[in-house]
Amino acid sequence: MSNSTNEQVQETPPPARKIDVSAVLGDKTRAAKDEVSCIDIENLNLFYAKDKQALIDINLTIPKQRVTAFIGPSGCGKSSLLRCFNRMNDLVDDCVIEGAVLLDGSNIYQKSVDVADLRRRVGMVFQKPNPFPKSIYENVAYGLRIQGINSKRVLDEAVEKSLKAAALWDEVKDRLNDSALGMSGGQQQRLVIARTIAVEPEVLLLDEPASALDPISTLKIEELINELKSDYTIVIVTHNMQQAARVSDFTAFMYMGNMVEFDATDTIFTNPSQKQTEDYITGRYG
Amino acid sequence: MNTHLSSWMRKGTPWVWLNAGAVAISIVMVIGLLLLLTVRGMSHFWPRDVMQANYAPPSTSGELLSTQVIGEFVESEMVLASQIASSGIPVDESQGLYERQLVKLGNRDLTGADFTWILSDFVKDVEYPENVVALERREWGNFYAHLIDVKESGNAIAFSGGTEAAQQSRWDDFNKRLARALEIHEEIYAIEKQEIGQINYGMERLRLRERRLQLDEEDTPEALAEIEAARSQLAAEYDVLQQELIHLYETINRDTAVFMAANQQQKEIRFADIVRAYQPNKLSLFAKVLTYFSKLGEFMMDEPREANTEGGIFPAIFGTVMMVMLMSVFVTPFGVVAAVYLREYARQGFVTRAIRIAVNNLAGVPSIVYGVFGLGFFIYIIGAEVDQLFYPEALPAPTFGTPGLLWASLTLALLTVPVVIVATEEGLARIPRSVREGSLALGATKFETLWRVVLPMASPAMMTGLILAVARAAGEVAPLMLVGVVKLAPSLPLDGNYPYLHLEQKFMHLGFHIYDVGFQSPNIEAARPLVFATALLLVIVIAALNLAAVALRNHLREKYKALDV
Repeated sequence: MSNSTNEQVQETPPPARKIDVSAVLGDKTRAAKDEVSCIDIENLNLFYAKDKQALIDINLTIPKQRVTAFIGPSGCGKSSLLRCFNRMNDLVDDCVIEGAVLLDGSNIYQKSVDVADLRRRVGMVFQKPNPFPKSIYENVAYGLRIQGINSKRVLDEAVEKSLKAAALWDEVKDRLNDSALGMSGGQQQRLVIARTIAVEPEVLLLDEPASALDPISTLKIEELINELKSDYTIVIVTHNMQQAARVSDFTAFMYMGNMVEFDATDTIFTNPSQKQTEDYITGRYG
Repeated sequence: MNTHLSSWMRKGTPWVWLNAGAVAISIVMVIGLLLLLTVRGMSHFWPRDVMQANYAPPSTSGELLSTQVIGEFVESEMVLASQIASSGIPVDESQGLYERQLVKLGNRDLTGADFTWILSDFVKDVEYPENVVALERREWGNFYAHLIDVKESGNAIAFSGGTEAAQQSRWDDFNKRLARALEIHEEIYAIEKQEIGQINYGMERLRLRERRLQLDEEDTPEALAEIEAARSQLAAEYDVLQQELIHLYETINRDTAVFMAANQQQKEIRFADIVRAYQPNKLSLFAKVLTYFSKLGEFMMDEPREANTEGGIFPAIFGTVMMVMLMSVFVTPFGVVAAVYLREYARQGFVTRAIRIAVNNLAGVPSIVYGVFGLGFFIYIIGAEVDQLFYPEALPAPTFGTPGLLWASLTLALLTVPVVIVATEEGLARIPRSVREGSLALGATKFETLWRVVLPMASPAMMTGLILAVARAAGEVAPLMLVGVVKLAPSLPLDGNYPYLHLEQKFMHLGFHIYDVGFQSPNIEAARPLVFATALLLVIVIAALNLAAVALRNHLREKYKALDV
């Protein structure tokens, strides 16, 4: 009895803050007043070299268990911003980041943060399917094995659950020991998603997950995103504005390293407050 | 015409021909090399007919000195008459060219030389007598003669006589006795090489243990008594074996055979000295093929005899393969670890660039320099230190402070490590970034990513490096002469005596064997075909080692084939 109370005390998350988004983004936004925040970005600047600034003073709040889409022309910094959330930019030499990214209220750029643990909590799916040259089973089990889980029963369960969640189970359940490289591109991408959710992250970052896929596979990925959003906070970068409109609850429009506008997806696509956003959405440039 | 030519040029036809020509020339050269080695080397084992003739060259004194020649024809060539005349045979110089033949006479103990040149013009009465016998002996090389008698304990067996039937029954009896002698010889060999070898090895270990105890000042009477007991037990075993050997030697020396060689010279030969006997002129083609393969098998599976000019080269094959494998065991982890650090961990900049250049240049250092380094560093410094620390009981006789298998393998590993580093680095550079990021994004650390994803994917590249290293190491001879290869090693570096693998032992090597047989042999003519045969075998061994590595690499490639980028 006392045990469970103890755990409860320990596991109590920092009090969920109701976001006053307008306070963060000024008058650039008029939405998301009732959402719970998951990631807060505060005054984020990113430099790839001394004179090459990729992100300029970004302030943004990603709401929990919603799909947030980043749109904008190529090179506007969408992917750079996304890769800040799991510190993937650490891998880039000479990359300097200023400001703070708060995940559940604590800054992930603090020195004490274990990057590997952060990346387990913030999963990422890349533009091109990148399965490991291992069997389907081992691909999904990879993240768990990294955590030192080797019990066959636990792994079997997790693999089945993840593959089911990624809507791949029925297609591959009879060939779990085949190489993942023999799958189609769409299957590979769903495998990568299964692999990512197998470690039970809190946030899923999708970096143009469907841009290398055919329309049918794209549709499947979008359906999958819809199903996953009840359990995960999803951030998706996409070039495809119809896709953003279809799958996301909130949309951020970025341009030249600036966060131009962030709002509910419906608002962005029907009634944007910024001229730049409207121009981009109506295809006048970009 | 002109436009035709220019369009021909523009289409690049000459370019294609040039390329195809270069490939064709390369292929022809490789095939030519292998063909030459095969023909010159492998024909040596064919049981050739033995001719018997009278040879009567003119002499300065005017009288014709006729000698009988029994032997195998080897080759013939044309020589200038003046050249022959100047060597003391007064031939008719107006004839211009004379043909001369090289004949293998054998019978070195009788004639002093294995081979002789004879002028074809003065050879008469050439015949191929059916009953001539060719012997391979354990000493003194081949022997060609007629069998005239078989003796048991010095008493002639009643088969004498020149009739066909008598000769046949004599030959049959001879073969029976030879089979018996060979069987006994095998027993003697087993006792001498293995059992007595084991006892000697045990004695030596006891001596070292005793010395060790003395050095450590732990030589209590009990310990010494224990050693003494073990020693007397070994000595008792040795005495038993010794008695057995004496008995076997008596048995094997019971029989002798009497031969009539060329020029009516009689020679009695013990059966114990005969390795193989056949009547080449009587053999059918099938029997010749059998003899051929039996000789070839002896060449590949037996130990060398007579300063390496006879017998087999098995210890050399074994030593080569063993050394290359040990080298692979040393070079692969070392090269891979170095490459991983250079490519994955070290900060890319001036220093890593300088190291890379240095590594590449190491590959160009002449191999003999590595030999000198191995001798100076591994053997004189490390080896001497190891002896001081771990084998003080054997001093002043060195254990590791002398050339041996370990140092030879390490020296070659050093010689080939640049190749492995470069190949591995290229392999690591080819692993797509996306796969590494995929692993990192799942919460793997850099080390886990390397260990679980990157290194397995780069393993085919490592194998490529290893293949190149093996190809280079197996063919090296120069550095080995300084760090461990010998002309004749008394035992294999891997045997049944604890600790089974004797890294400190010297060993034989095919490449050095070629050099030794070709340049250091007392019997050049006999050794020449062996040079070709050994060279062919060296090529085959290297090809086999490489093919094994290639097969392994292809398997890995299939398993870890890179994502289609």
